[in-house]
Amino acid sequence: MIRATGISKSFKGQVVLDDVSVEVRRGHVLGLIGPGGAGKSLLIKIMCGLVEPDKGQVLVGDDDIAELDFSALARLRERFGMLFQNYALFDFMTVGENVAFPLEQRGDVAADEIRRRVAERLSDVQLGGIEALFPRELSGGMKKRVALARATIAAAPILLYDDPTAGLDPVTSSKIFELIDHLHDHEGATVIAGHDIDRMAAVCDEWLMIYEGRIRFRGDTAAAKRSEDPIVRTFFQGGEDLHQ
Amino acid sequence: MNDGVLARIGRTTIEILGTLGGLMILFVRILRALFPPRYDKRETWRAFYKVGVRSYSIVIVTALFTGAIMVIQAGHFVVKYQATSFTGWAAGFAVLAEIGPVLIGLMFSGRVGANNTAELGTMVVTEQIDALRTLAIEPVHYLVVPRFLAMIVMLFLLTALGDLFALLGGAITADLMIDVPFSIFLRQVATAGLMEEYLIGLMKGSLFGMSIAVTSCYFGLNVRGGATGVGRAVNSSVVGSAIGIFVVDFAVGATWVSNLL
Repeated sequence: MIRATGISKSFKGQVVLDDVSVEVRRGHVLGLIGPGGAGKSLLIKIMCGLVEPDKGQVLVGDDDIAELDFSALARLRERFGMLFQNYALFDFMTVGENVAFPLEQRGDVAADEIRRRVAERLSDVQLGGIEALFPRELSGGMKKRVALARATIAAAPILLYDDPTAGLDPVTSSKIFELIDHLHDHEGATVIAGHDIDRMAAVCDEWLMIYEGRIRFRGDTAAAKRSEDPIVRTFFQGGEDLHQ
Repeated sequence: MNDGVLARIGRTTIEILGTLGGLMILFVRILRALFPPRYDKRETWRAFYKVGVRSYSIVIVTALFTGAIMVIQAGHFVVKYQATSFTGWAAGFAVLAEIGPVLIGLMFSGRVGANNTAELGTMVVTEQIDALRTLAIEPVHYLVVPRFLAMIVMLFLLTALGDLFALLGGAITADLMIDVPFSIFLRQVATAGLMEEYLIGLMKGSLFGMSIAVTSCYFGLNVRGGATGVGRAVNSSVVGSAIGIFVVDFAVGATWVSNLL
């Protein structure tokens, strides 16, 4: 469904991603892990065409992102739903307007239907009835859930979650992963970048670990636990700081 | 030492040229988004409200004092040379063609331009711009074009409003400080044949609005480095907008005078 091959990206001479390849198949949930600053968010942004790689190719279905013109890229992006690390809720819009925004921009859904779907999706994330509030009136966990509602309301086949539980307490984090699991479309593909291995393990089918710009591990949870690579073992078992 | 100085000059020159190039590219992208029109109407109305309705009070205060200061500065000479019949003309000429639009433009850039840069910069830092692009929305169409239109139209209208209050401030001051009655001052302005100066001043207002819009949006959309980056961008935007105002003022003034000669 989405395949990135040989991706490299540097900033001011510093290599962040070096020849990284990743494939996410229909119906699968990929856990993208690695220490902070490893390039997980960058890889997600490259996968949906927000950042152009220095080298490599990204195919979404049969479309090569690099070869698309502006309008074709815009159409392709309609196939993505994305949850950003910093929520990225539009602070000049209410919660209802934020969640409705992807549907309104598509232009083919009636206003009544949009209202109904917004109410339904907000109640899916256990925030029914807060349409009129502004993002500044919400807690971090509520913002994350609103962002989750916005990312999934248009039923995009490819969902990208960038550190969905960053900065949240354990209870809210568990709730977010339950919602991600609940909202997962088994016909689509999902990528979750994060560090919360235990909670991610309940949702992810396979893992890709990035370490120092390169792929360190690829496989399922059982293979990760069997791995003899000390870096992989350390990461999956928690404990030591990988930067040390 | 010399290498260091030369390197700094070179780096600064490259930075300035890079900024000018970026401003030109943004300006061209805005123009391309206008023909045919591709911008969000709701966001455009919101920009008109924020830019115009929330700025008129500061423009009125600035204009009242500008007119008053013009009369105070001229008052000493007017009394000394018994030239009270020229008070309205002198104040009107200076306010309508030059001081009014420039000071209102500077106030506008400090308030609206800086706010605009901070708002767009915060949207960059908090990934709201990326979120728009993920939703297949081009930020220039959705965010920049409405602000561009709002600043051009609203600075034109605010300059017209400011001119009225500047003359009012001048008339009140003339009445109170140099014994030129209120009605006489206004009659002097009305009969001084300043329509051309008035229209030139309004045109400057629109061009200042255009310059402030492009500059403030450019620095806002190019924020790097979190909250510190937003602060730096606002600073650059205010300085850049002020320079833009003086460059546009010089260009319009030079063109106008050369046509008169």
